Amino acid sequence: MTAPLHEPTAEAAPNAAEEAAVAGAEEAKQAVQGRSLGRIAWERLKRDKLALTGGIVVLVLIAIALLAPVITGLVGQDPETRHEDLIDPLFGTPTGSLGGISGDHLFGVEPVSGRDIFARIVYGAQISLLVGFLSAIVAVILGTVLGILAGFFGGWVDSFISRVMDGLLAFPQLLFIIALVSVMPNSMLGLEGTSVRVFVMILVIGFFGWPYVGRVVRGQTLSLREREYVEAARSLGAGRFYILFKELLPNLVAPIIVYTTMMIPTNILTEAALSFLGVGVKPPTASWGQMLSSAIDYYDSDPMYMVIPGVAIFITVLAFNLFGDGVRDALDPKGSR
Amino acid sequence: MLAYLIRRLFAAAVMLVVIIVVVFGIFFLVPKWAGVDVATSFVGKQADPAAVEAVAQKLKLDEPIIVQVWEFFKGLFVGRTYAGGGDVTQCSAPCFGYSFRSEQAIWPVLTDRFPVTLALALGAAVLWLIFGVAAGVLSALKRGSIWDRGAMVVALGGVSLPIYFTGLLSLAIFSYGLGWIDAQYVPLEDSFTGWLGGMILPWITLAFLYAAMYARITRATMLEILGEDYIRTARAKGLKEQTVIGKHAMRSTMTPILTMLGMDLGALIGGAILTETTFSLPGLGQAVLQAIKNQDLPIILGVTLITSLAVLLANLLVDVLYAVIDPRVRLA
Repeated sequence: MTAPLHEPTAEAAPNAAEEAAVAGAEEAKQAVQGRSLGRIAWERLKRDKLALTGGIVVLVLIAIALLAPVITGLVGQDPETRHEDLIDPLFGTPTGSLGGISGDHLFGVEPVSGRDIFARIVYGAQISLLVGFLSAIVAVILGTVLGILAGFFGGWVDSFISRVMDGLLAFPQLLFIIALVSVMPNSMLGLEGTSVRVFVMILVIGFFGWPYVGRVVRGQTLSLREREYVEAARSLGAGRFYILFKELLPNLVAPIIVYTTMMIPTNILTEAALSFLGVGVKPPTASWGQMLSSAIDYYDSDPMYMVIPGVAIFITVLAFNLFGDGVRDALDPKGSR
Repeated sequence: MLAYLIRRLFAAAVMLVVIIVVVFGIFFLVPKWAGVDVATSFVGKQADPAAVEAVAQKLKLDEPIIVQVWEFFKGLFVGRTYAGGGDVTQCSAPCFGYSFRSEQAIWPVLTDRFPVTLALALGAAVLWLIFGVAAGVLSALKRGSIWDRGAMVVALGGVSLPIYFTGLLSLAIFSYGLGWIDAQYVPLEDSFTGWLGGMILPWITLAFLYAAMYARITRATMLEILGEDYIRTARAKGLKEQTVIGKHAMRSTMTPILTMLGMDLGALIGGAILTETTFSLPGLGQAVLQAIKNQDLPIILGVTLITSLAVLLANLLVDVLYAVIDPRVRLA
């Protein structure tokens, strides 16, 4: 499987040669021969400070989500205990300044219920990342399989899949997602409550995301299937499925990785929007979008309640976007860097 | 040109049928597969069995699917009569459904709320087109400059901010904190300045998000086009830089922007749900949100359908505009 990978390597060669020119022509030759696409991309990514920062923030967020019980345990809080003693009975807002921020409650407490905001933010990361990642995986699997089929087989298979993709892309997704999520039952496949909401959101968001991947994969497959190495494989007697999965698929890895990283932040925003609108995760389970939705009523009396989950969403999505942009630049053989 | 128009209209008509079938499928078939009683989902989970039974009869849920689709389809064009449970309900054309919960036809609800959403979407679109495209073009022309970096950082931040957060922030700062704007929605008929005051923050918030997206895309497209041969040719002919950019490069840059604009406007008209919720604007999106809370499925169905039609219409318009701008399109 090295033959097709020469493609991007060869195109990136001027770049690599430039660097190596200082080290000497002899070494440059070896460097060009020895580097895989992944290696080149990683070396480019390492030089992109913004993307690296984004990547590190993403890793920290994943760690926070995985270690949520440990982290909240360390500060001695949990996301569901009510601290009604900290609430002003007259206005329903926290008594302390800045939404009740104190040594015990790092980010303050929620109005009315008095639940600890720090713990809810930490647990909210679980829902955001879980839905963001898994729905992207659903979309990538569907998009890759259908895109590759459309591009490789052509004919009516291609026209049908392409029409479906155009149709799905043309419609206001949020509304369709809301419609689908709201007709789904509250319990299915033995799941109930929060798990079923999360499951439905992953499926539905993933379902509306696949055409973005599918379109790119189809385009790439269309151009790759005419390449000489595919012809060579065919003349050696390779079967259709061998060519599909052993010859074409490895060359689609780069665009697929790029679209996956770009899709995660969008999905996180969609999850937050659904929970904001009340069709996603419901309280007492913590979700950033749902916290913002409760914060609407308090934007004037307790602005910190709105700022904290908003900033959490912003940092998460920005980190993924920065990392995604960096990955795209690093994997793009025609890239300017 | 006429042949092209007829072809496009025919394709749109086919799409219309597909849309109606898909929307029907979402609301009538998906719940069935997922094991939810369709009639219950239409009246809400707290309704009594007699009411559920009546709705099942009214929607003819025990008839074959094809009959149900046909009734649904017919209702859109000639109106529909719901009979069942001892009473008869009339829903005149165009019947976008009937809310058994709030006992009203959906169409008047839609026409009532439509102008608010339309004003929101169009106003924001004007703003984001001007600022987004200008920022993108300037960034591309001054690539690598402080301006370019600054604009792109702001744009990246813009696409990473959820609109309901920027909306609430702007309310907290400009309306509550500084007291510049009274962000209450006032109908246009009552007071023009009051209406303007209520719309300005939603416009800016919505436009900020889209301007960020458009700036990123305009910049990328412009950079790609500036590398094309015909731009080099134009420069080699000795044309002024102004003409090269303004006439040659801008024209090709605007084509993908127009496509995006058509789709985004269509989608927004159907539901600037998040913006309307944040600012409490009585548009279509807010109707959807209320319907979710009241478990009033027919309203969600109606809005989904009208949105899809708006998107279809917007795409048709863009296609026709394309044919006018670019002769290759109508000849292909």
